[in-house]
Amino acid sequence: MATRLLLGDEALAQGAIDAGLSGAYAYPGTPSTEITEYVQRHVAVTSQSIHCRWSSNEKTALEEAVGMSYAGRRAMASMKHVGLNVAADPFINAALIGTRGGLLINVADDPSMHSSQNEQDSRLYGEMALVPCIEPADQQQAYDAAIYAFEFSERHELPVLLRLTTRLAHSRADVEIHEDGSRPQNPFSLPNDKQRFILLPAHARARYLRLLEQQQALVEASEESPFSTLSLEGDASLGIVSCGIAGNYVQETFGGKVRHPWLQIGQYPLPVRRIEALFSRCSRIIVLEEGTPFVESRLRGLPLRSSPEIFGRLTGHLPRTGELAPESVASAFRSSGAPSADARHRPSPLLRNRPPALCQGCPHIDSYRALNQAMAPYRDRGRVFADIGCYTLGAMPPLEAIDTCLCMGASITMAKGAADAGTSPAVAVIGDSTFAHSGLTGLLDCTAEQTPITVILLDNGTVAMTGGQDSQATGRFAQLCEALGVDREHIVAINPRADRHEESVAIIARELIYDGPSVIVAQRECIQTLRRSNSTRKPESPPRGCRQDAKGDPQ
Amino acid sequence: MKCDIVLAGVGGQGLLSIAMLIGRTALDQGLRVKQAEVHGMAQRGGAVHSHLRLSDRPIASDLIAVGTANVLLAMEPLEALRHLPMLADDGVVFSNTTTIRNIPDYPDEEVLRQQLASRAAIKWIDAERLAQEAGSLRTANVVLLGALSQALPMEQRIFERAIRTMFSRKGDTVVEQNLRAFAHGRSAVREESAP
Repeated sequence: MATRLLLGDEALAQGAIDAGLSGAYAYPGTPSTEITEYVQRHVAVTSQSIHCRWSSNEKTALEEAVGMSYAGRRAMASMKHVGLNVAADPFINAALIGTRGGLLINVADDPSMHSSQNEQDSRLYGEMALVPCIEPADQQQAYDAAIYAFEFSERHELPVLLRLTTRLAHSRADVEIHEDGSRPQNPFSLPNDKQRFILLPAHARARYLRLLEQQQALVEASEESPFSTLSLEGDASLGIVSCGIAGNYVQETFGGKVRHPWLQIGQYPLPVRRIEALFSRCSRIIVLEEGTPFVESRLRGLPLRSSPEIFGRLTGHLPRTGELAPESVASAFRSSGAPSADARHRPSPLLRNRPPALCQGCPHIDSYRALNQAMAPYRDRGRVFADIGCYTLGAMPPLEAIDTCLCMGASITMAKGAADAGTSPAVAVIGDSTFAHSGLTGLLDCTAEQTPITVILLDNGTVAMTGGQDSQATGRFAQLCEALGVDREHIVAINPRADRHEESVAIIARELIYDGPSVIVAQRECIQTLRRSNSTRKPESPPRGCRQDAKGDPQ
Repeated sequence: MKCDIVLAGVGGQGLLSIAMLIGRTALDQGLRVKQAEVHGMAQRGGAVHSHLRLSDRPIASDLIAVGTANVLLAMEPLEALRHLPMLADDGVVFSNTTTIRNIPDYPDEEVLRQQLASRAAIKWIDAERLAQEAGSLRTANVVLLGALSQALPMEQRIFERAIRTMFSRKGDTVVEQNLRAFAHGRSAVREESAP
């Protein structure tokens, strides 16, 4: 055993490597990015040829991982919570074909929306897909969970959803890791069971029945899970149910010795017998969980003999939104540890917000300045539909250059719909990586109908918001757009620099009046990646030599 | 023993590097560590912070509760004010003197300093000047770490070893500059608190 200081994300990744991982597939997204970055930096990538390149989006990532599992090897796909929306189709169907090599789907939720547009709870997806879900409570459990989940996935032939939240994903702690080397990777092997892997309705019906039959075994496994604990000791006037890291706040509140019967849940589906044992003892139950009041609402609906009163986010004892904090949990228990409200604990009236902003020298600033000037005559009938990335910060003063931001890729498609309704000019602003992720298909819709939209493709050569990962389409935008049907005359470049401002304005103005889809590529390197490559030797970049397919020799 | 530290600053100031240095040093010293960080969108020139918890016993929560932090290290004065509610009644603030005025409504500096001084025990560090004396403005974060280290339960030599390890990739000059910056920060607080 060795002790390392690891983020929750990194602990999970180390656990996966130690469990004999063959492929890590992912699209970057806060707070999940560091799972894949850790694998990419790890020596095992070359010594054990682990596949670890970024994928175009979460759907392609998950399908690639499913394909590796099909070929017998252990694979994982990692994403942020909203990425699971993109990957929902393969996620739900992968439960039906099941796994051969172990398959982990690591999803990092972002309650409080630190870096996201919503705070959806991935446990609901796990329930919908009928797959087991593991929710580690700390960094050590994140490490242990990856090892456990691969075994579990192979034993039950099902993918496992591994749910993290921001506070665990992005918090470091000392983690004990095995030093006796990784488990050998699974050998390559192909199945011959076509009925199982071809989801024609007749096959799918049989697979669905099998999946439903497996549920009882999954509940039994949750009853015995090493990530759940039940203590029936203490003051039974109140019972506690906590999930994942919420259990840490319970411990913090009671200073280590919890005075009430307490069920800590780290694996789903819910352990019904353990819940029954707690409920038969306590007349009141408080539920503490990160995200949606998922367990709280399921507990209300369980057909059990006893039905204690249940408190939690739905009853206002905890905030309905946002992540938990030691003080909100403490005050839910009305403990003496609740914060005192003296003057110092109230924010000073002098305080000013300091929101995130585009970096000084960012190319997007110059692109937006040019766009603002070109759009000035059209402010009544024209709109700018933006997308997910650093450039969403173009919403802030002084630029205030954009009108919408919905989800990955929606700039082009919302612009199309709005153009169909009469918006003119309809401008889409999208980054290079987001375009590769979800922009291509929308642009195809536009060229199919010659819809008059103007796409400003902000090409800074990297996935900037998440720290500078490689994007799949870098250097290929002109060819891609032409292949999708955009007229070559209307694929034009601007140079987003202050000294080329007038030229950029003129080019944008010309395309705004074109009666068809046009693409303006604004290319200049991200100031952050430029600064990094100037100031240091290239930091361990993602290894180029890592395997691109599953044909490598088994260990 | 427990020591709960809030680090606060503005994206780009090198806050996460010193959080990492403290974490590694504590680990070297055989302590348990939890260190919650902010990544992603907030890092782009916005307010950033990190909660660091050190203890000789297992630590439950990744976050420090409001009103219970032992130390607040602010790399910028307005950020000290933002996180002041985290501080325990007997807590101490170490704050950089240099402001970052990247917002249009930044408060009057003198009023801000008075407000901070009236609300908490505060030690001021002119990190930019000391960093320059150490040989590079970019070591301002390590100057502040040096000052903070006076309030932490770890030995100086273990800090210095962690600094060597962390910056060795960037060459000897950078390592030496950072060691000097650490020493400057450490003695700045000592001199200031001398009678």
